[in-house]
Amino acid sequence: MGKLNSKIPEGPLAQKWTSYKASVKLVNPANKKKLEIIVIGTGLSGAGASSALGELGYSVKTFCYQDSPRRAHSVAAQGGINAAKNYQSDGDSIYRLFYDMIKGGDFRAREANVYRAAEVSNQVIDHYTALGVPFARDYGGTLNTRSFGGVQVSRTFYSSGQTGQQCLLGTYSSLNRQIKQGNVKMFPRREMLDLVLIDGKARGIIARNLITGEIERHAAHAVVLATGGYGTIYYLSTLAVNSNASAAWKAHKKGAFFANPSFVQIHPTCVPQLNEFQAKLTLMSESLRNDGRVWVPKTKGDKRPANAIPEEERDYYLERRYPTFGNLVPRDVASRAAKERCDAGYGLGETGLAVNLDFKDAIKKQGKKAIENKYGNLFEMYKNITGIDSYEEPMRIYPAGHYTMGGLWVDYELMTTIPGLYAIGEANFSDHGANRLGASSLMQTSGDGYFILPNTVSNYLSNEIRVPNISTDSPEFAETEKEVVERLKKLISIKGKKTASSFHKRLGKIMWDYCGMIRNEEGLKKALVLIKELKDEFWRDLKVTGEYTELNQELEKAGRVADYFEVTELLVTDALNRKESCGAHFREEYQTPDGEAKRNDEEYAYVAAWEYAGEDNPHILHKEELKFEEVEMKVRSYK
Amino acid sequence: MKLTLKIWRQKNAQVKGNFETYRMDNVSPEMAFLEMLDSLNKRLVEEDKDPVAFDHDCREGICGSCGMYINGHPHGPVPAITTCHLSMRFFKDGETVWIEPWRAKPFPVIKDLIVDRSAFDKIQIAGGYISVNTGSAPEANNILVPKNVSDEAFNSAICIGCGACVAACKNASAMLFVSARISQFALLPQGRIEAKARVRAMVDKMDEVGFGSCSNTGACEAECPKQIKLTNIARMNREFYKAF
Ligand SMILES: Cc1cc2nc3c(=O)[nH]c(=O)nc-3n(C[C@H](O)[C@H](O)[C@H](O)COP(=O)(O)OP(=O)(O)OC[C@H]3O[C@@H](n4cnc5c(N)ncnc54)[C@H](O)[C@@H]3O)c2cc1C
Ligand code: SF4
Ligand code: FES
Repeated sequence: MGKLNSKIPEGPLAQKWTSYKASVKLVNPANKKKLEIIVIGTGLSGAGASSALGELGYSVKTFCYQDSPRRAHSVAAQGGINAAKNYQSDGDSIYRLFYDMIKGGDFRAREANVYRAAEVSNQVIDHYTALGVPFARDYGGTLNTRSFGGVQVSRTFYSSGQTGQQCLLGTYSSLNRQIKQGNVKMFPRREMLDLVLIDGKARGIIARNLITGEIERHAAHAVVLATGGYGTIYYLSTLAVNSNASAAWKAHKKGAFFANPSFVQIHPTCVPQLNEFQAKLTLMSESLRNDGRVWVPKTKGDKRPANAIPEEERDYYLERRYPTFGNLVPRDVASRAAKERCDAGYGLGETGLAVNLDFKDAIKKQGKKAIENKYGNLFEMYKNITGIDSYEEPMRIYPAGHYTMGGLWVDYELMTTIPGLYAIGEANFSDHGANRLGASSLMQTSGDGYFILPNTVSNYLSNEIRVPNISTDSPEFAETEKEVVERLKKLISIKGKKTASSFHKRLGKIMWDYCGMIRNEEGLKKALVLIKELKDEFWRDLKVTGEYTELNQELEKAGRVADYFEVTELLVTDALNRKESCGAHFREEYQTPDGEAKRNDEEYAYVAAWEYAGEDNPHILHKEELKFEEVEMKVRSYK
Repeated sequence: MKLTLKIWRQKNAQVKGNFETYRMDNVSPEMAFLEMLDSLNKRLVEEDKDPVAFDHDCREGICGSCGMYINGHPHGPVPAITTCHLSMRFFKDGETVWIEPWRAKPFPVIKDLIVDRSAFDKIQIAGGYISVNTGSAPEANNILVPKNVSDEAFNSAICIGCGACVAACKNASAMLFVSARISQFALLPQGRIEAKARVRAMVDKMDEVGFGSCSNTGACEAECPKQIKLTNIARMNREFYKAF
């Protein structure tokens, strides 16, 4: 346990960040230009960090796998971004936002980090507004908010159903300004394939140019991973098809601990799977639950069209089970409740894997126009995909893999256990505990990128100013490049019969069945065996066409799937280790008599940080005890 | 459904391309268009052939990665959606479907259906931003913006940068794309301060990287998956004349 130092500043919670900033070591402006920083990722966290670091005067090199930084998956966020502005005077405050996140995360997050995320949230909104992000406004010209995802105040800022897009395009614009000023150099269509360490410090990366296939070396004084989440382990998820775990996983294998990998959020409102070739599941924003009512028929196997089922034969199961929060219970609770009904045989359609989200009553009360104003683009999207008009009949929804609370372990400065390697945004584990509340990821990723990391890197870089520009000719770079090339060649040389996607799909099913919304020891142990078998088959029977020296999308997929096998093994191991239910991690063996999650604070109030110990050795568990000095650990109840 | 696909295949920018014919026997109307291509690619890989390369990522109509000509229309025959949102419901059994990359000089083909759209980024880098450093922003509610103005800025800001407007235009003009960004900033008080310099820098860069001029045909608006309006171009022209 000695290895983990979370570096939380002394002093009262509300003062920690202020006093940290007042005492942190700084880098002289003249020296900043000489310090190079690599940022991987151009979502809100990566592009935000690149912008702010560029503005400070550092020399930044930024990478993404898309053809343009504007396409990072932050672009897909729909619902909104939280801040503690208290514009509605409804009792909100930094403290309440902090408290809601700690409680929502089921007391498995670090108090000091969460408080700081809440603290910088207001600056994030100011900054986006100044960048020209068109957030929704009231008739008087002030910013509007809505209530979102399991809280009782209205603190979510939004741009229709496209908040992520608008925040990302704002961030893309600030990034462009730094590119123009020469502070940031942008490398799109690059995939980071490994991290280079020199004397134990992060000093660069090996990347593949996805157009030419060329293997490139890039050096820097520090490396920042802003590579997003790994929810694609389920194959079908709300993430972009090319989202992946590889950068974080490679860093993990080089010494960065991976924390709470099994904390994965399954989002309750997604369009159910329609065909066997489906490549992703589309999210229907959680804001729909503000007006939509969730139900299934009261009779098992009732296959009548929804509108033909009379009111008294409908089971509004969320309202029934959770009278206080009703349809607005947090995501994990809503997801499990849907699964429970479907597993019990009440699900809709051919597959039985869907429930209704019904707007009939809201339309009756508020009029079609009002509903159209709020959700027009979502209703349209749903119709494009399914052909169904939800103004006339209920949407069908089902849970899907969505967000990963787990990620690289970081300390208060957002540094991993590798000196000089930072992880920000969804890629780190830090702020959401065992379950993330709606609209708090955009807030955290933006805060990490724009306001936190740019303040903490100087503490490390102030000791690096005497290190001259790092050469990529060192044996460390050569060695890492050699490993990368050998692996690419190995993937191509298997010449088996099955595509990378077909393996990914089978792996996703194992994870969904045994390590999804509900887990138990027997299933998890079985999953470990199945993953191992499939992994062996992959390395025996994979087929990748083409060469690594050219544009090769099959090879890209194969590399990512190869890593998923290792990520999922650790994920299941973590789920097995945690013999309690908390947040999104629901172990069947640990529940209350009425089927709610039962935490075990005595034994599991810790962050599980896993250390890689080599190919053939089990991971080593390090525990970071969570101390709750400010809030009292309570049973999270939404009844 | 059974379909015949005619797909543009081109190994790289240096060589010439041509249409190849592929027969699909088992297309479900519930598939998305790109899932249909996924299923073709699976077959091609299994037959040891080179799969069809195409850009895609979010598969939910928001990242702007995807885009191809389908039966003569950018993003296919259905208005107001991206290629990734196009459902196979809209095709008939026995139909022949022609699939090509964007055709525009500023967007050279990289491979098969993938084109290089970095010219779009260059225009945005030239001036598509408001100059504000992190931490120096005023309290968000200190600058009031009328709701209708903010809503209008939003309607311009939803452009996904897919390039369909350029591909649809006989002059390969990028006016719709550029004007959407210029409008967003020109409408907002935060963006007015740099409006003149911005419009000049972006329009200059647009010409420099090789986009054509606008002859008011309106094909861009008709094919834009996000229904960006031609009125943006009119606003950009006004802003441009005011800038001198
Ligand atoms: C459909 C959907 C809706 C959501 N809605 C909301 C919401 O309403 N509110 C909210 O708060 N949160 C929401 N979230 C969550 C939130 O959007 C994400 O958690 C957040 O945007 C992640 O930002 P990020 O910067 O960490 O990473 P991302 O935006 O995912 O960016 C990752 C970046 O890393 C790059 N990258 C990854 N691997 C590599 C590699 N190996 N080499 C090079 N580059 C690499 C990618 O190119 C990309 O630029 C939603 C998520 C989804 C999927
Ligand atoms: S204006 Fe429309 S067609 Fe052109 S890039 Fe933007 S979204 Fe695509
Ligand atoms: S894949 Fe993102 S818009 Fe089509």
